[in-house]
Amino acid sequence: MNQQASRYFVPEPSHWPVVGSTALFLMATGAVLWINKVAFGPYVLLAGFAVLVFMLFGWFGTVIRESEGGKYNARVDASFRWSMSWFIFSEVMFFAAFFGALFYVRVLSVPDLAGLEHQQFLYPGFGSQWPSAGPAFKEHFSPMGAWGIPAINTLLLLSSGATLTVAHWGLLKNNRGQLKLWLAATILLGLTFLSLQAYEYVHAYQELNLKLTTGIYGTTFFMLTGFHGLHVTLGATMLIVILFRVLAGHFKPEHHFAFEAVAWYWHFVDVVWLLLFIFVYWM
Amino acid sequence: MEAANVHVHGAHDAAHGHGHHPTGLMRWVTTTNHKDIGTMYLWFSFAMFMVGGAMALIIRAELFQPGLQYVSPEFFNQMITLHGLIMVFGAIMPAFVGFANWMIPMMIGAPDMAFARMNNWSFWLLPPAGILLTASMFVTGGAAGTGWTLYPPLSVQMGMGMDMAIFAVHILGMSSIMGSINIITTILNMRAPGMTLMRLPMFCWTWLVTAYLLIAVMPVLAGAVTMILTDRHFGTSFFNAAGGGDPVMFQHIFWFFGHPEVYIIALPAFGVISHVIPAFARKPIFGYTSMVYAIASIALISFIVWAHHMYVVGMPVAGQLYFMYATMLIAVPTGVKVFNWVATMWRGSMTFETPMLFAIGFLFLFTIGGFTGLVLSMTSVDVQLQDTYYVVAHFHYVMVAGALYSAFAGVYYWLPKWTGHMYDETLGKWHFWLSFISFNAAFFPQHFLGLAGMPRRIPDYALQFTDFNQVSTYGAFVFGLSQLLFLYVVLKTIRGGEKAADKPWEGATGLEWTLPSPPPHHSFEEPPILK
Repeated sequence: MNQQASRYFVPEPSHWPVVGSTALFLMATGAVLWINKVAFGPYVLLAGFAVLVFMLFGWFGTVIRESEGGKYNARVDASFRWSMSWFIFSEVMFFAAFFGALFYVRVLSVPDLAGLEHQQFLYPGFGSQWPSAGPAFKEHFSPMGAWGIPAINTLLLLSSGATLTVAHWGLLKNNRGQLKLWLAATILLGLTFLSLQAYEYVHAYQELNLKLTTGIYGTTFFMLTGFHGLHVTLGATMLIVILFRVLAGHFKPEHHFAFEAVAWYWHFVDVVWLLLFIFVYWM
Repeated sequence: MEAANVHVHGAHDAAHGHGHHPTGLMRWVTTTNHKDIGTMYLWFSFAMFMVGGAMALIIRAELFQPGLQYVSPEFFNQMITLHGLIMVFGAIMPAFVGFANWMIPMMIGAPDMAFARMNNWSFWLLPPAGILLTASMFVTGGAAGTGWTLYPPLSVQMGMGMDMAIFAVHILGMSSIMGSINIITTILNMRAPGMTLMRLPMFCWTWLVTAYLLIAVMPVLAGAVTMILTDRHFGTSFFNAAGGGDPVMFQHIFWFFGHPEVYIIALPAFGVISHVIPAFARKPIFGYTSMVYAIASIALISFIVWAHHMYVVGMPVAGQLYFMYATMLIAVPTGVKVFNWVATMWRGSMTFETPMLFAIGFLFLFTIGGFTGLVLSMTSVDVQLQDTYYVVAHFHYVMVAGALYSAFAGVYYWLPKWTGHMYDETLGKWHFWLSFISFNAAFFPQHFLGLAGMPRRIPDYALQFTDFNQVSTYGAFVFGLSQLLFLYVVLKTIRGGEKAADKPWEGATGLEWTLPSPPPHHSFEEPPILK
């Protein structure tokens, strides 16, 4: 039996998956009710979210106990590596859809709307330019510049990638002090990024008259940066969990895939930001 | 169910069981066993097949005569939409994930899937999505009435049912992505020593590529429906020309998902056929290597042909030509596969048990569906046939006579392994012949209807289309009722019947046949050695 355990790992039956399904069902139902203005919708959504958090604590708690209990051998570790890579690939494709939308409107639909037929019959005076909020948007708005907060944010995220690598070196050398210090620095940089991003949103709404409803420019700007911000929030949360695990004495120089997985995720979020900086803010 | 508690090779079921194993309903809710999960997938798929089938019969009943008989046009549209969504995401995809769960660990010599708990979640996400979809019929405004493609601007205007469909698609996408990550990891990391990638059974190859396609395109679909959601409720302008967006953009994003989706459904079906035909021709598959390369080529080309679904939206001629030629290119690897199946049968020592009948039925009818696809790929022809019943006939030859027949072939082929009993051969053959004849009665006339100009997704039609529509409706009802016979055959096999040998088919090859029928709870406790 021990031989088998060293070869394969098959977990015991678990109730966490069905708890997770319940959470998502409640969240979906709650969201449907909420956006259709049914009074108790937000509470259902909130209840679903609470169950989801409960499930995440329970499920990941089980996984962490199994990991620290030495149940994960090299084969399980390899499985984790494959799965995390493919998960990040799925995230890449999710962002690809929104970047695709951005390129489509910039290259095709906005110039098309300024074409001759549209000029003549539908939208006289609409010229093709970017940023554009579309032919029917009459208010004045200012686009978000690249070289203020966004440039600072780029520096913050790039540095956070570097500090995370230094933390990883500390983990590999079993230098826990270095690991804790630079991991904490990474989290700090990530949270600063998020705060600046939040400030930028307030600035856009209050001073630039740039909103989610500001035509296709507002749409692509807020949806792309918003989903990215959501992923940074998720990444920062995962880094905080990792920090707590480090403080609790988890991870060994030769066995710490959870740390690496979060680091991969953080670098992925970093790369998405670079593309955002170039195509949404700058060019 | 019989799979549990069988003792073999000295290895037994309690190998991992220090803790308690729940029984009754909780066994199925909490299970981490690939066979239990595979069984749940297959039964869920069958239940959804019945629900989606009932919707199809409502559609066919309404189309029995011109004019409006039984349902309102709005409800007809909802049936069209839900039939499509339920059959694609609820019936066919889960059926092949069920096969993957059951067979992949047994085929590669593993004890279970790589992530057994996540595997359970992949399944248990399906019922919430199924509930959201079916319940959407009963809310104000009814279900989505856009067709399964959910095109704006209509999808931006519908009621609450549309939001339920959107969230159902999100949840189904999560389920597919987790299932696919699991399958890829299992195949790449859990193979028995000696099983190199080029010795992988064909079914595993098709699923490896399918899972890759799923991970690549399900997030794109999630993005597309998210854009609809924010356009509906949060004032974004993705598909609103007044705000600088474009409804046609949705079609591009949707079909970037939608065309690979066709192969997500077709490739595992190819995989099953590549096991059944060699077994009953008693010859190894012809051109294994070319089969593998054909699968990979089909998958890669499927990413660059999406706009052949949109020839009439107003596309430059250069674009039409490109998408036409790229689409025709897919016929080459598909042709390789059909050639190899036929060559496998050539001078084989063939017998015609039910799985083989369905496989040959597949080969004939899927090839017809492929050819009509080639017809539709031609821009100049498609302009005439876009949104006619010719298209409906085409993709039902691919989806029903392709994917569904392959699933039937797989069920009959592996049912003795799963249950330990032989199915009733006579009834199985009845099921095949009834399905084969009624399917063709239902869908072959639709080619003529389409060529004559009958538009799809419309509850009424001009008088001259009546005869063919009546034949089609008769066929559809016989086809639907024949599936009750299938249910009876399966239940009968589970409850009893002639004891099945470990390898009930003389010509079958593969590791799954080295296990007893039914196999032990965890397939291979010790990895088998391949020579």
